Amino acid sequence: MSSAREVVLARVRAALGPGAKIPEVPRAYRQAGALGAGGDAATVDLFCGRVADYQATVSRVSGEELPGALGAACEQREARRIAVPAQAPPWTVEGVELVRDDPPLSPRQLDELDGVLSGCALAIAETGTIVLDGAGACGRRALTLVPDYHLCVVRSVDIVPSVPDAVSALARAATEARPITFISGPSATVDIELVRVEGVHGPRTLDVFVVEG
Amino acid sequence: MSKTGFPAAARRELADTQMRRNVGKATSTIRARRAARVAEVPDWEALRDAGAGIKARAMATMPEQLETLEASVTRAGGQVHWARDAAECNAIVGGIVVGHGAREVIKVKSLATDEIGLNDSLAARGVEAIETDLAELINQLGHDTSSHILVPAIHRNRAEIKLLFEHTIARGQDLGWEITAIAEAARRHLREKFLSVPVAISGANFAVADSGTICVVESEGNGRMCLTLPRVLITVMGIEKVLAEWRDLEVCLQLLPRSATGERMNPYTSLWTGVRADDGPQEFHLVLLDNGRTDVLGDEVGRQALHCIRCSACLNSCPVYSRVGGHAYESVYPGPIGAILTPQLRGLENAPTLPWASSLCGACYEVCPVKIDIPSVLLHLRGRVVREYKSRRSPEALGMEAVGRVFGSQGLYERAQKLARLGRGPIITAALPGWSAMRGLPEVPEQTFREWWRSRPPRPVRGDGPTV
Repeated sequence: MSSAREVVLARVRAALGPGAKIPEVPRAYRQAGALGAGGDAATVDLFCGRVADYQATVSRVSGEELPGALGAACEQREARRIAVPAQAPPWTVEGVELVRDDPPLSPRQLDELDGVLSGCALAIAETGTIVLDGAGACGRRALTLVPDYHLCVVRSVDIVPSVPDAVSALARAATEARPITFISGPSATVDIELVRVEGVHGPRTLDVFVVEG
Repeated sequence: MSKTGFPAAARRELADTQMRRNVGKATSTIRARRAARVAEVPDWEALRDAGAGIKARAMATMPEQLETLEASVTRAGGQVHWARDAAECNAIVGGIVVGHGAREVIKVKSLATDEIGLNDSLAARGVEAIETDLAELINQLGHDTSSHILVPAIHRNRAEIKLLFEHTIARGQDLGWEITAIAEAARRHLREKFLSVPVAISGANFAVADSGTICVVESEGNGRMCLTLPRVLITVMGIEKVLAEWRDLEVCLQLLPRSATGERMNPYTSLWTGVRADDGPQEFHLVLLDNGRTDVLGDEVGRQALHCIRCSACLNSCPVYSRVGGHAYESVYPGPIGAILTPQLRGLENAPTLPWASSLCGACYEVCPVKIDIPSVLLHLRGRVVREYKSRRSPEALGMEAVGRVFGSQGLYERAQKLARLGRGPIITAALPGWSAMRGLPEVPEQTFREWWRSRPPRPVRGDGPTV
């Protein structure tokens, strides 16, 4: 047991003094469930609008239309080889080679691909955020980070209204020690003159496909 | 850089008209954007109350929270270290880096590591720390220091940065005037480092005790690169960053982005718990840093400075900061929050002028997402500086004592009024140049109220009015 640990903890206890009062946390804000279960038309509309505000593109498609929509997007972005997670569903993208992350692709291999196609654990309407939790169609963290172009498939039923809804739904992933990533639009910076510009180190292009039903 | 105290540093900074234009323009832009994003949240005040409560509870139960965090991180495969001060923290981090034989480390923007001078300490061990945040990179290339918590190169405009890059990482190129081209130069410069450097160092925005999850909030993706690609990750966090439970994040992740960059959500938020097989770093170290924080915790009024979630809304809304900029505060923590945090972290005797770096207008308190009552803490610290460090024989103390005597006696008071009218004001100005430099003296009227009352011609009394 390190002595620094004992010293710091003793300092904290001394600073607080005996019988420190423990305040209650007032939670009068809109908690999880306050805005409904999500997945409804209004929530999906809100999500699509908020994602578009970040200079990401949003397409609303049916399950049958998805392969064509993905193919058209890849053609427009000139993406010919894109990565997919090891446990991705059997997606097809017309005219594009899908490179499965199994065995895991090295960062350099990822850097040479034109893009990545992933799903997500859930999405947040109010903030236009997609959330990955390291499982299934989300893939490993490096997969959706290194390629310059990210295509993300969001099922409309997975769109929750608010941040508390998302945090509540992710409690299990946290307990299971799964890595969680919130993505709101493409990589951006406000470091120069506080002007937001898209595109620094993360994927500079984000296309979101909302699959209805 | 030797410290001169706020008044002298502010005078020096105010002479830089380019900096004043840059900072003034940037802060007014961000103020408007924050206001718009906050206005669309119907329960904003309830979120602020919750944020204040979450932090107050974490502070009141800190020993328990830190022990829980340590156990959770260890259970998830991480290693937890404790550091009493900057030197101990630097030694721990340096030891890990050198132990892996690394000559370079990549860094995510971290105020805690700036506070302890980690980069210089690593350099002394022959390790180069590469800053990957765009603004930190700008400051590192320009041998400059941070002037803002969130956007550390806010004192520079795009023309200055373009020239800096064309003389360093984009030598011989013409980057043009678009910010995207400047950002792309940084992307090209750092990409190879992300793919090859084996050790990364980060700070933490939040650390959740019950789950052992660490949270880093960022925009560019440099954070995700550092947190994901290297084999070893070292996170340095001040002990005050701990949150008790997972659901506390549902409040903090709403308050921070809207207050900081005026966005509904920042582009990237990374949350990780220990190490994960086949995904991300396979070795994770968490260093819990005191470095003066327990001293702050010991002051019942001042301890709320530890609630800060580093959004910088108080800087952007402060009429003093938006004119003098960040360097005048001579600290990693500038602006109103710096004015209460720096003197407490360093000791009041080492930053005695900072509690006066404010007009007490209260704008900082209005915008603070966790309701830190900065004006009250400023007044409290002013009181402490006067009581604990200022001489009882100082001109101000002597003057106040004399004024107290005069106010206590009607005869002395009326004579003093006559003297003031005779032009003693200019004498005070000349005698107390330091005092009068920041304060205007009121014009002395021709006649006092008492004199006017006495000289009034008698009038007939009407109704029930008072008789004279």
